[in-house]
Amino acid sequence: MHKKSGFGSAALLICLIMVVGIMAAGCGKKKVSGSKSVYKIGVVLSLSQAQAALGVPEQNALKLLEKKVNDEGGIEGHRVQFLIEDDESLPAKSKEKFTKLVNQEGVTAVIGTSFSGGTAAMTEDAEKNKIPLIGLSATTSLTHPVKKWTFRTPPTTQMVVERALGYIQKNLKLKKIGVLYDSGLFGTEGYETVKATAGKYGLEVVAAESYGTNDPDMTAQLTKIKSTPAQALIVWGTGPAPSIIAKNVQQLAMTIPYIGSHGIANQTFINLAGDAANGVVFPAGRVLVPSSIPADSDWRKTVDEFAKSYKEAYKTEVNTFAGHGWDAGLIMTEAMKAAIKANGDQEKLSASVIRDQIEKTKDLTGIAGTFTYSPSNHDGLKIDDLIMIKIENGAWTEAKSS
Amino acid sequence: MALDSNKWAENKLLWSALAIFALVVVLTVSLNGSKGLQWILSGLVVGSIYSLIAMGFSVIYSSTRVINFAQGEFSMLGGMLMYTFATKAHVSIWLSFVLSVLVVALIGAAFEQTAIYKLRGSSVITVIIVTIGFSIFLKAIAKWIWGTDPVKIAPFTGEKAITIFKAAIVPQSFWVFGLTVLAVAALFLFFSRTLVGKGMRAAAANSDAASLVGVSTNTTSLIAWTLAAGLGAAAGIIIGPITPPSFSSGLMLGLKGFSAAVLGGLGNIQGAVVGGLMLGVLENIIAGVLPTGYKEAFAFLVLILVLLIRPQGLLGKPEDVKV
Repeated sequence: MHKKSGFGSAALLICLIMVVGIMAAGCGKKKVSGSKSVYKIGVVLSLSQAQAALGVPEQNALKLLEKKVNDEGGIEGHRVQFLIEDDESLPAKSKEKFTKLVNQEGVTAVIGTSFSGGTAAMTEDAEKNKIPLIGLSATTSLTHPVKKWTFRTPPTTQMVVERALGYIQKNLKLKKIGVLYDSGLFGTEGYETVKATAGKYGLEVVAAESYGTNDPDMTAQLTKIKSTPAQALIVWGTGPAPSIIAKNVQQLAMTIPYIGSHGIANQTFINLAGDAANGVVFPAGRVLVPSSIPADSDWRKTVDEFAKSYKEAYKTEVNTFAGHGWDAGLIMTEAMKAAIKANGDQEKLSASVIRDQIEKTKDLTGIAGTFTYSPSNHDGLKIDDLIMIKIENGAWTEAKSS
Repeated sequence: MALDSNKWAENKLLWSALAIFALVVVLTVSLNGSKGLQWILSGLVVGSIYSLIAMGFSVIYSSTRVINFAQGEFSMLGGMLMYTFATKAHVSIWLSFVLSVLVVALIGAAFEQTAIYKLRGSSVITVIIVTIGFSIFLKAIAKWIWGTDPVKIAPFTGEKAITIFKAAIVPQSFWVFGLTVLAVAALFLFFSRTLVGKGMRAAAANSDAASLVGVSTNTTSLIAWTLAAGLGAAAGIIIGPITPPSFSSGLMLGLKGFSAAVLGGLGNIQGAVVGGLMLGVLENIIAGVLPTGYKEAFAFLVLILVLLIRPQGLLGKPEDVKV
């Protein structure tokens, strides 16, 4: 008995030492070819299930950025590594992956996730654990009111709505609008924002109808709107419904302009609506119509280069989601560079140092626009970074703006 | 005596319901003019699709007492296959239609043979749960093959809307109506004039007596599933140009079709038509008259009310429903 316990405790001690040793080696910083440490950035994206169409382009862009940064010498010699996790479009998993990245991988900054529910779940943890988070989702409330550790790269719903309303006021010179919105989260937020902001642009909402995301026919709601004084129709939704609405509008011989949301900024809308898509206008990022960016600007060069390398690498056209992913990665890596310049070289950058440098980002040219953050603004973009796109002959062109 | 007064009472309920419906329709048009007519016309188109799907539910229910929760997915698959044949492979519309219907009918038959037949001794609930599993499986396969985006199916004969007293419907709507009429006629002839069809009705009424005269419940079940799958596929194809299908569009179709079937009387083909058309039209009138948003709840409300008040639906008989 005594012999056994003596042997047992020695074995236990050896095991403990081994475990501690392995852990120390494992969660330390990896050294690359004898030089500087690798900077790890956590990334949570929706790579499967409902939001994969958003997450996959974001991942593609981040991989491209990672390669570009490392090929150009990394972050002051430190290789950068994006540790990408899939949250399967479930907020509970977004939280889980965030925790995993921070606790197990020891990252001190996170990018993600692709959809609003997941990002909302992660921002709680980001604020609690004081980890800077650059969000990739759309809802305004992510950064309004401003939270200390949470930033964003996509434009807010507020900005997108204002871009559309500004177009109706200045270009179409109309006053009364009707809104047809998806009764889900995206559509309702759009409608609420339009309702709250219409007055600012001298517009009046004279009709508002909702529909179910999977409804097969919206002629009932449209006949109601047709019989009101509405001079323009704003449609806020995703999926097949906006294209069905475009066809219904044509069927009912409605002549008022159709202004969509950024939810129709994809080729599928044009495919499904066919001829009815022509004349439809919607707000979106300029990456979809690069010619809308002044020809010799840094911005244009950045977008053209990005679109080209994306197409070469992935054999498919770039889209706004890829742009948001790229921008988040760019802001993060530039902040890290600035941190080293300000505080000298470090093995590992702390969360608060990274956060402070992100917040100091000024006039950084990305894909969606020029990013400037401040203690009171964690949005980065401005309304003018967006354009109104018009569909003509089945293709996107810039709707001439004032 | 008691039986007679029962019959009259049931018919009274049915006729009152139809009379109220007719009244609502007339009122809608007179109070809302061409707007009201539009609601009704559009409602008839969508309602026809509900009818076709309801017929699928009824065919399987009347022969096997099973509620097939994958019925909506049969429609979804019909539409997706039509996209693959007609839009992507550029096969002619008619050949694509026939091919898509055949493939889905085969899938229905295959499922019946591999799952339903094997469960022929089990309780109805078990089989229903298996159909739920089947619907999830079909959804996953569809997503894997076609992704998540909705797909384009070209209208059969053009897109320019036709105006009737200032209400407009697209040419595809006539194909929808035509298919519904064809389906009702074909099913009627099948069940009343052919030996196989009559055998199925016999098996539905009394399976033991039917087997005694040589009608096999197994064959009945197989034919029912094949028919329902083909019918569902046809519905999904014909509405495809109006409502682009996607891997998840089976749920809404199945739910509405089921509500329509229950409203008209589960197991009853004429009931499926009545239920479908009524549901489609009333949904649209509600969307037109009430504040926005109520339309979506209507089908569910109908389902709950019918099951509470008169589970056998408008045209069904009380003994049809064994709850």
